[in-house]
Amino acid sequence: MPMLDYTAPSTVEEAIRILSGASGTAKLLSGGTDLLVQLRSGRTKPDLIVDTKKIPGMIGIRETDGGFVIGAATPGAMIGECESLKKAWPGVVEAANLIGSTQIQGRASLAGNLCNASPAADSVPALIVARATCIVAGTKGRREVPVEDIVTGPGRTCLTRDELIVEFHLPKRPPRSADAYLRFIPRTEMDIAVVGAGVNITLDRGGACSEAWVALGAVAPTPILVPEAAAALVGHKLDEKVLAMLDGAARRACKPIDDKRGTIEFRTKIAGVLVRRAATIAFERAGEQR
Amino acid sequence: MSKHHVSATINGEPAEFLCEPQQTLLDALRDELDLTGSKEGCSSGDCGACSVIVDGRVVCSCLMLAVEAEGHTIETIEGLARGSKLHPLQQKFLEHAALQCGFCTPGLLVAAKALLDRNPNPSETETRYWLAGNLCRCTGYDKVVRAVLDAAAELRGA
Amino acid sequence: MNDVAQQFKWVGTRPIRPDGVPKVTGRALFGADLAMPGMLVGAILRSPHAHARIRSIDTSKAAALPGVKAVVTSADFPEQKFEYVGPERVAMNFWHMTRNIMAREKVLYEGHAVAAVAAISKAVADEALSRISVDYEVLPHVIDVDEAMRPEAPLLFPDMITRGVDPAPTKPSNISKRIEYKLGDLEAGFAAADVIVEMKFKTAPVHQAYIEPHGCVARFDADGQGELWSSSQGHFVVRALTAQLLGMKIGDLRVYPAEIGGGFGGKTVVYIEPVATMLARKSGSPVKIVMSREDVFRASGPTSGSAMTVKIGVKKDGKIVAADGVFKYQAGAFPGSPVMNGCMCAFSPYDIPNARSVGYDVVCNRPKVAAYRAPGSPISAFAVESVLDVVAQKIGMDPLQMRLKNAARAGTQMLYGPKLAHNGYAETIEAILNHPGYKAPLKKNQGRGVASGYWFNAGGESSATVHVNEDGTVVVATGSPDIGGSRASMAIMAAETLGIDYNQVRPIVADTASVGYTHLTGGSRVTFATGIAVVEATKKVINELCARAAMTWKVDAEGVIWEDGHARPASSNVGDFAPLSLKEIAAKRGLTGGPIGAAAAVNPGGVAPGFATQFCDVEVDPETGKVTVLRFVAAQDVGRAIHPSYVEGQIQGGVTQGIGWALNEEYIYTPQGRLDNPGFLDYRIPVASDLPMIEAVLVEVPNPSHPYGAKGVGEVNIVPPMAAIANAIDRAIGRRLTELPMSPPKVLAAIDSGKGT
Repeated sequence: MPMLDYTAPSTVEEAIRILSGASGTAKLLSGGTDLLVQLRSGRTKPDLIVDTKKIPGMIGIRETDGGFVIGAATPGAMIGECESLKKAWPGVVEAANLIGSTQIQGRASLAGNLCNASPAADSVPALIVARATCIVAGTKGRREVPVEDIVTGPGRTCLTRDELIVEFHLPKRPPRSADAYLRFIPRTEMDIAVVGAGVNITLDRGGACSEAWVALGAVAPTPILVPEAAAALVGHKLDEKVLAMLDGAARRACKPIDDKRGTIEFRTKIAGVLVRRAATIAFERAGEQR
Repeated sequence: MSKHHVSATINGEPAEFLCEPQQTLLDALRDELDLTGSKEGCSSGDCGACSVIVDGRVVCSCLMLAVEAEGHTIETIEGLARGSKLHPLQQKFLEHAALQCGFCTPGLLVAAKALLDRNPNPSETETRYWLAGNLCRCTGYDKVVRAVLDAAAELRGA
Repeated sequence: MNDVAQQFKWVGTRPIRPDGVPKVTGRALFGADLAMPGMLVGAILRSPHAHARIRSIDTSKAAALPGVKAVVTSADFPEQKFEYVGPERVAMNFWHMTRNIMAREKVLYEGHAVAAVAAISKAVADEALSRISVDYEVLPHVIDVDEAMRPEAPLLFPDMITRGVDPAPTKPSNISKRIEYKLGDLEAGFAAADVIVEMKFKTAPVHQAYIEPHGCVARFDADGQGELWSSSQGHFVVRALTAQLLGMKIGDLRVYPAEIGGGFGGKTVVYIEPVATMLARKSGSPVKIVMSREDVFRASGPTSGSAMTVKIGVKKDGKIVAADGVFKYQAGAFPGSPVMNGCMCAFSPYDIPNARSVGYDVVCNRPKVAAYRAPGSPISAFAVESVLDVVAQKIGMDPLQMRLKNAARAGTQMLYGPKLAHNGYAETIEAILNHPGYKAPLKKNQGRGVASGYWFNAGGESSATVHVNEDGTVVVATGSPDIGGSRASMAIMAAETLGIDYNQVRPIVADTASVGYTHLTGGSRVTFATGIAVVEATKKVINELCARAAMTWKVDAEGVIWEDGHARPASSNVGDFAPLSLKEIAAKRGLTGGPIGAAAAVNPGGVAPGFATQFCDVEVDPETGKVTVLRFVAAQDVGRAIHPSYVEGQIQGGVTQGIGWALNEEYIYTPQGRLDNPGFLDYRIPVASDLPMIEAVLVEVPNPSHPYGAKGVGEVNIVPPMAAIANAIDRAIGRRLTELPMSPPKVLAAIDSGKGT
């Protein structure tokens, strides 16, 4: 008979002690919207569930020096309700809010979405292009890790067994900059992204792109940064030619698989389309800030 | 395997129950508390038939461990009516024939209540997106959406 | 509606359903909500293989686990005779059925039940399943219908000889049956045609996808009597099938109808009920079995996938002169696809002098199909209604005008034998032609498509009892499970007939021991057939009420009439008596002969078919292939709507299922023959935000064979949507999609390739 236990530590230190001292497999629980599905299907069979939500700071959003700190277990709905965050990082917020239904939004967190390590996680490409970092706590202390370095493969992260993400840091927004995230799904809701695309740009005073970040989801074993696509934007205003170069660069970066959610050919084409559309939205948003 | 003792507020009343660590809140509601109004349609958070409101937010009770309910406030379909007085949403669902088999109805009502608690004047599009996590195979959602919008209008007028 | 309002007091109105409050308060008890003292949890071990021989099953370790109270395999069930019983269109073979509920020699699909346990908890039951060892010899499998028909395909049954072929083939195959209908001279018909279009089509299997998984509780006594609470579309059928599969007398099994959380045809057969009953028999305790969502997808339903070829020839003026169709339907692991229905319905909306349809029933390593809303008809209609659209475009004719020109009417000779007995089709076309939306302008990448559909509808056996309570209120008991508001329509018809208030009538769904035999809630038959039983029983009660009044007045019974809820003297010659209300007669019942009630049992003729015509507007994203349904208008001949809200609901629900079928729903298999999307995450049924409002247009051409003119309304609405959407896509972007689902990758591929699939 499988033995499972549950504990809800009240400090980060206690959580680390529990994780490092666990005799079997311990699983961190934040929103639980992936973990509970995996528990039921038998895909994961932990001996211990460590609920992080009783730890102060794990849920909540605060502003610091123009940037933002988001507690690792903050549910998507709360992220969507933070007006200042939405204004500064609309792409991050729309990505976080695309995870699942209203019901899922009541639970699902950034840390869970990231550490579930699905190539199709909606919030991850948006966090990557936002240059977000995670504060990871463990027995050796705290380290700050860029979001794009956390996921190492499908279902795998760089976290050691005694570590947990405690918060996400979003940097201060430079002027004339904006982000956007789009995903493609067959329905309007409730599907896993067939492709996701995040774009974050800064414009110069003349309206040309001075800095850009582009990331794609569901087209490779992990969400990927696509510097070639970003390079297609830098130095330019958006026109058909730039969009075509962006599209091409995004397609060339794709290494997707054929599966029940999409074919290689389809995913590759859609990646180009979404990057173009996301870039257009980001340019519009940045332009409005003049 | 030791059972956990959980104290929570359910439909306005203090409630206590014992549960095993792997039991979901849905399991506990149905099997430990005999609150079978919350339905199991998928157990994977995809159908919304088990929707409950936890601390003001609608969630799938199949995606929450029962032990996580400790100290929280939970509203289920059984708490929607006040005694024998139906909530306007319930009344409008009946008037609009917004249910056929009635299996998804508790989840839809709970999710719709969470919507109207937050947004007393939702548009049709907002209502449709809010309810996208509540699958209904009978109605095509047409009468469901109409009932929710009508209930919202009545609540605003009241 | 005005004349209806004058004609009737309750028929055509929209009162609140009598079973509504428990369903909005969470108090209604569905299959999984029932609990009994000492109840055990039943669980079923299912095959991980698509096709394998079972060399042996060792259940000893499971049986030895503390807390396990019974273990069941196919060895516990009696062998059944190999014969097809019942009408050909819905024939059953218990030799197959017993193997479907519990595999014997072989497992024939992933998810096929191989053993079951009853234990004190779900955890113990699951652990017990993991201790059952099954020695499988894995065999090659076949999923696709065309593959399964190839001579070298792996055979599911080594001795299956195709029925319906003369002379009979000498070699076995996966083709269970061939059927053919012919009318006129096909060759001459095509020779006379100005334009001929021939196209091939494929459709994916789709599931009924009711939100409530199958659930039941069984108990069994030492004297051989059992009771079963089950969520089904027909508890009498559950009783008959379960009794047969367990070798019980029908009278020894009593089945209670739980509320049913959707069925759409999928809950007309048994999966878990015989297993739960057998576990209860072996354990001596009540046993509950509830399927998981994954079990539902892997081991119940779906309807057939298909491969089809349709050829239609027309004159330049739009007259169809010849039509030919070949329809290959997957039956799943055992024979019995709805291909016969598909062949019969395909061309039935039209008056075609020369026509043929040929059907093949093909087994393959998928779950055995179950009925799904107008079973068979939506599949063949997708092909026929698509070809008609191509034909209409070729001759430059409005597709509705072309349908109107060829519309079958009362007296039209149908391909499958009879002459059409009822009008109604042309009226649905006219309703759409006259709809203001049909001419509304469209934008770029938008298109408008139309399609029509036909469904037989059904009559069949129904019983009802009507009792007058002591205070003059009335109980109406039927044996038809209420899957969409039928209690309300029964109460309306009884109240109308009696001339009393709707709220004075309380309808119930009675168990198998409390009302006479009643066939399934299916075939769109309940408002028609059970409705006739209710009206018949009510009329008997009225006769009795008149007799009681006559007794009170000491006049002849013939001298009393029933009017507006009261007994009245038929004329002044009878005497000057104040009318007696139902309440007054009920109060005096003790003095006039005792309780007042009557039963009726019917098997009515005069079934009128369902016709539907629909149009939809779609927009196609040319860069992603995603199709958005902007507008959907669905006209249907409903005879007369008894409760219009629930009639509209049937249409809106059927259309929505059709939209899902058209755009995204499909069974996806791995190369190993395992279902890759057994959940609502990747089996994508429409969600609220995918849809516009669905406009139902009720066309009322009353059925003279029903006391209030009702025709079946539940099913034909799912027949047109797939073709309507394909036709709309074609008109939006100039690409003809011939494979379902028309999911974004397929639409985008069609756009990029410059042609259809």
